[in-house]
Amino acid sequence: MFNYTFHWNQAFKALPHMLDGALVTLQIALMSMIVGLACAIGLTLFRLSGNRILNGFATAWVEIARNTPALFQIYMAHFGLGNFGIHLTPFTALLVGIAFNNAGYLAENFRGALKAIPDTQTRAGRSLGMSSMQAFRLIVLPQMLRVAFLPATNQMVWAVLMTSLGVTVGMNTDLAGVTQELNARSFRTFEFFALAAVIYYVIAKVLTLAARALAWRMFRY
Amino acid sequence: MFSTALTWSDLAFLAQGAGMTLAVTVVSVVAGTILGILFGMIRVELGAYWSAPLTFALDVFRSVPLLIQLVLGNALQSIMRLGWPPFTTSCVVLSLYTAAYCTEIVRGGISAVPPTTRRAARSLGMTWWQDMRYIVAPLATRVSLPSWIGLTLGVMKDSALVLWLGLIELLRASQILVTRLQEPLFILMICGAVYFIISFPIARIGGYLEKRWSPND
Amino acid sequence: MIEIENVRKSFGPLEVLKGINLTVPKGEVLTIIGGSGSGKSTLLTCINGLEAIDSGRIVVDGTDVHAKATDLNKLRRKLGIVFQQWNAFPHLTVLENVMLAPRKVIGLSKAEAEAIAVKQLTHVGLGEKLKVYPNRMSGGQQQRMAIARALAMSPEYMLFDEVTSALDPQLVGEVLDTLRMLASEGMTMICVTHEMKFAREVSDRVAFFHKGVMAEIAPPEELFGAPKDPELQAFLAATH
Repeated sequence: MFNYTFHWNQAFKALPHMLDGALVTLQIALMSMIVGLACAIGLTLFRLSGNRILNGFATAWVEIARNTPALFQIYMAHFGLGNFGIHLTPFTALLVGIAFNNAGYLAENFRGALKAIPDTQTRAGRSLGMSSMQAFRLIVLPQMLRVAFLPATNQMVWAVLMTSLGVTVGMNTDLAGVTQELNARSFRTFEFFALAAVIYYVIAKVLTLAARALAWRMFRY
Repeated sequence: MFSTALTWSDLAFLAQGAGMTLAVTVVSVVAGTILGILFGMIRVELGAYWSAPLTFALDVFRSVPLLIQLVLGNALQSIMRLGWPPFTTSCVVLSLYTAAYCTEIVRGGISAVPPTTRRAARSLGMTWWQDMRYIVAPLATRVSLPSWIGLTLGVMKDSALVLWLGLIELLRASQILVTRLQEPLFILMICGAVYFIISFPIARIGGYLEKRWSPND
Repeated sequence: MIEIENVRKSFGPLEVLKGINLTVPKGEVLTIIGGSGSGKSTLLTCINGLEAIDSGRIVVDGTDVHAKATDLNKLRRKLGIVFQQWNAFPHLTVLENVMLAPRKVIGLSKAEAEAIAVKQLTHVGLGEKLKVYPNRMSGGQQQRMAIARALAMSPEYMLFDEVTSALDPQLVGEVLDTLRMLASEGMTMICVTHEMKFAREVSDRVAFFHKGVMAEIAPPEELFGAPKDPELQAFLAATH
């Protein structure tokens, strides 16, 4: 069946190089999450503000992020901005695209988390004399963070997987990019990409388990 | 006021790309759902312990980037001398990817049917299969439908990745036009609009169904 | 003193309070009885400003609750309220639940707030449960925590909105005992309740609400012994 000799040695020899790429992958994912989170908080505040323009802007962002492919969003950052004379490097375009995507999904997570807190909690707080701000900060927000935590860490895993899309815009320093370059030079496609797949799998699993452990430790109620 | 080099034949080219996107999506979702139902039922009937190998295999599909899976799939069929065209490879990989997510949805749906209800059915003399067909299936479908709609839309968006295997789907078609016409923003906006117009209403319907069918606490 | 003058309130087309007139002097224990939808609970949430009123006035110690200039947050420190669903803050321990408002609303230091919280929790019989999370306690215990939480603000008036209705029968007693204790200590209380026996024993006056109107108000022996209003007579006959 397999009239093909697998040359795993080549793949294993390239492992350190691929791990360097994995580090870049994590870097991008982390940065995109930080930017995405900041934007998501902003978007949530816009939506809560009651101001129609801000609300409309935030809703537009969220709906575009969630209803178009992530690859499209990255393409927009890399090619689309060219119209305005903005030429982003592959790294930056990938980062911007993933961050845009993250912000949209996280904002939606936050919205769902807020809806999950019954407003009897706010009533109880206000009945004790708290102002709206206090009730939100001390009672609603902590509970909201708990509900939103696991979906947010899920999004982080997605961000890691999305970094692989960078190869389509010429990224060659993250895990997928490095693997693609090695592949182009040696044509041992299967071996290299199989190893890359294992590395991605390990990263995804470690992140998921770490998130669950963290949730258990922090929110143990 | 507003001039563009875009011609009608260009738009037709984009439409072909969209057609490819839809083709890949439909095939993968149908195949993936059938597999997902099968695997989901297996997982429920076997329980967590015995279905662990299956769970592990499906988990891999959800923890490795789809792009990598497509490359691996292509490399594998080449090694095995299967001679599959890119369309086939893409659909096979995307189907397995869909199945991995669908299994969880199906499992959740079946588990949501109260065991007391199923026991009542069996107590009336129904066979396992009749219970599945007349009791579990309608109830589980209700619970799963919103998530399944979400999955379908997700697959449609992820289908853009098949451009890596050389298929000219919507995004690639747009990119080709951009390279030729040098009007990136305009063309990409049309591309984005197509995705949006397909995805947004269906997502809204899914959300509406979810609210309408959610149990009243 | 709480003065309720000609209060009307509607929810959309449905009028829930049709001109309520009631004065509750300091130190009085008033229970309100009546069927569902008679407006009893709505009245309580209007007293502390959680719900707005359509017309009339509610004056607490000289302050108009619904006037624009009123600082509701400050007023609410005087009016403790306990709801049917205790609304425990799930992310805080029992002690933290009770300490939160004294610290953040009154501005007490952590030590002062803790001392008050411990005192009130012991007062209601939860002295052993300080570091526990609410979801690990029974409904009766959580309700008592809610009472301690309200008491920790040193309110002058306590409002109880059917606080035993959501509890399993065997847990009702412990909460009623707590209410009895508060009444004997001289707290001004307005209790909406279905517990007739409790109403008879503890109240200075009992008010009967029917379809948004206060149909009768009298000391318990009079109201239960010789009811004048025909609806009240029907109600009492049905609930005995």
